[in-house]
Amino acid sequence: MHSVSIQNLDLSFGAVDVLKGLNLDIYDGEFLVLLGSSGCGKSTLLNCIAGLLDITGGQIHIKGNNVTWAEPSERGIGMVFQSYALYPQMSVEGNLSFGLKNAKVPKDEIRRRVDRAAEILQIGPLLNRKPAALSGGQRQRVAIGRALVRDVDVFLFDEPLSNLDAKLRADLRVELKELHRDLKNTMIYVTHDQVEAMTLADRIAIMKGGVIQQLASPDEIYNRPVNKYVADFIGSPSMTFFDGELKGGRFVMGDVNLPTEGYDFTGGQIDGKAIMGIRPEHVASGRDVEDAAYRTTVTAELVEPMGSDTLIWADFAGKRLRVRLDGQMKIADGDQIEIGINPAKANFFDAASELRL
Amino acid sequence: MAASSTNTPSGAKPKNTWTLGSVFVYGTLIILALYYLAPLYVMIVTSLKTLPEIRQGNVFALPDAVNLDAWFKAWATACTGLNCDGLSRGFWNSVIITVPSVIVSIAVASVNGYALANWPYRGANVFFTILIFGAFIPYQLMLYPIVIILRNLGVYGDLVGLIIVHTIFGMPILTLLFRNYFSSLPEELFKAARVDGAGFWGIFFKVMLPMSVPILVVAVILQITGIWNDFLFGIVYARPETYPMTVQLNNIVNSTFGEKEYNVNMAATILTGLVPLTVYFVSGKLFVRGIAAGAVKG
Ligand SMILES: Nc1ncnc2c1ncn2[C@@H]1O[C@H](COP(=O)(O)OP(=O)(O)OP(=O)(O)O)[C@@H](O)[C@H]1O
Ligand SMILES: [Mg+2]
Repeated sequence: MHSVSIQNLDLSFGAVDVLKGLNLDIYDGEFLVLLGSSGCGKSTLLNCIAGLLDITGGQIHIKGNNVTWAEPSERGIGMVFQSYALYPQMSVEGNLSFGLKNAKVPKDEIRRRVDRAAEILQIGPLLNRKPAALSGGQRQRVAIGRALVRDVDVFLFDEPLSNLDAKLRADLRVELKELHRDLKNTMIYVTHDQVEAMTLADRIAIMKGGVIQQLASPDEIYNRPVNKYVADFIGSPSMTFFDGELKGGRFVMGDVNLPTEGYDFTGGQIDGKAIMGIRPEHVASGRDVEDAAYRTTVTAELVEPMGSDTLIWADFAGKRLRVRLDGQMKIADGDQIEIGINPAKANFFDAASELRL
Repeated sequence: MAASSTNTPSGAKPKNTWTLGSVFVYGTLIILALYYLAPLYVMIVTSLKTLPEIRQGNVFALPDAVNLDAWFKAWATACTGLNCDGLSRGFWNSVIITVPSVIVSIAVASVNGYALANWPYRGANVFFTILIFGAFIPYQLMLYPIVIILRNLGVYGDLVGLIIVHTIFGMPILTLLFRNYFSSLPEELFKAARVDGAGFWGIFFKVMLPMSVPILVVAVILQITGIWNDFLFGIVYARPETYPMTVQLNNIVNSTFGEKEYNVNMAATILTGLVPLTVYFVSGKLFVRGIAAGAVKG
């Protein structure tokens, strides 16, 4: 059964259509990440699921119930906000129990659930504090706890970690993953952080302008992006794109002529204008060059050592090609290095439609 | 850094703050303060003098002996028209007018503002525009129509009539105040409360109001001082028995027969101004505390 099912969802603010005929089915217990650039409608979609926005058209089902017009509290969802949104005048305990009191849950049951949430999130010693006396990380735990005590089927997260510093964000990310593993709730998680998306998600939905571009596993999205937008959006630094032409099984761009054997063309092979995208980490270097279908020597114009690996920027076929090398390789600006390109690991897109070939 | 491993602070000491600029600034401020305090000083010393002493003419001189007769007279026996029971009657009238007007107007306006900010319904903007437009219509235009309305309601000249008028006239500005304040609170708090199953009133009383101490204090100050200091509505919609304190003060000070009793006039004026003054002093502290208590960053 689908945990959340969204059919033909439309939402507009006045004359601005933010979501257009959006369809999305989310499995029971799935961790779904909504990823996209700022303003693409992620929060809007989440608010629609939560019932905080009146939708213009379509239907929303949660656990088989049509909740299109149900109150937020009746939908069986819990929500965690970017700004924590804790009630400032209530203690942590008051924050956790507010929803349960509204639902007229018996006192001892409230006690039991609050204690359980406090134990899971390790906020027991903070129960009597006011939110103002908590650190950012502690506040976000309380905010998660507030969703936890409600014993709901679906958790909605709107960029819950983006107000935290990098270290804390990484820690809480792992905790969230553990939480999901233990609770097995459905989680819908909005972010524009790729690392969060790749590490947490069972499936990622990449959005652009209110439309889902691709809904697939992180692995699929990374290796087989459906279009140039998704290919460009995922990966840091992103792919380098080359304009050229597919001709009789070879990709031609200026003087460079690459074989495409080994690449899995989805719709059979097509001749014509095309775009090749290649990830920095898929450019072969060192010993791997020998196995590559195409070999050449380039000059490292710019070197960015990052510890675990080293990025170099090199001129190739009229573009700045980004190459990721082993961090142990000693490279300086201006050095010549041998690289290889493997068409099997590249991505080809139609030049006009920008869809994957 | 390693050399100065003591606990004393190091580095250059802050410069002496007595620069020419600051002397100039503080000097100006002190002179201005004296300028504004001088009338108050004159009023206080005059109210403590006897009439013969006042006739000597030196308004800045301290009284020979502190004499409270003028204060008693102003409060209890000064004549305004037919009544000779001083300002006390006007004081109680003003209290009876102010307390319910302040409470009712703030109660209604805060709910108005909350509904406009957080539960936008169809036509909310039109309603709000009309309400704000009302604030810009000159009072003079409405004086007479309101007389007719109050007469038809049978409360013309009564304190109830004045309470109704003050409550209604406070509505536009108070609604604007509350709407803007509630709009400035983080929207996600409101959303969180809805997810937590709180309804219209639950969110208002349990989430919004506890965060509204600063704006409530502002509204209370605004209303108490505004209604207490009102003269126009008081003189138009009340009778001599129901005149508020300001109108009575005017009648005492402007009484045309007999000698001008400057000491009584001064005492009466200070007595009338005492309530707004107290409100400022007391609420100033509360105000700061309210802001501090409501502040949660992040
Ligand atoms: N109340 C509103 N009225 C009008 N337009 C709105 C409103 N709320 C959002 N929008 C518009 O809807 C679009 C989507 O907004 P949304 O908040 O869903 O973006 P987002 O994907 O969550 O972005 P971010 O990553 O910055 O949070 C934006 O273009 C925004 O300007
Ligand atoms: Mg957002």
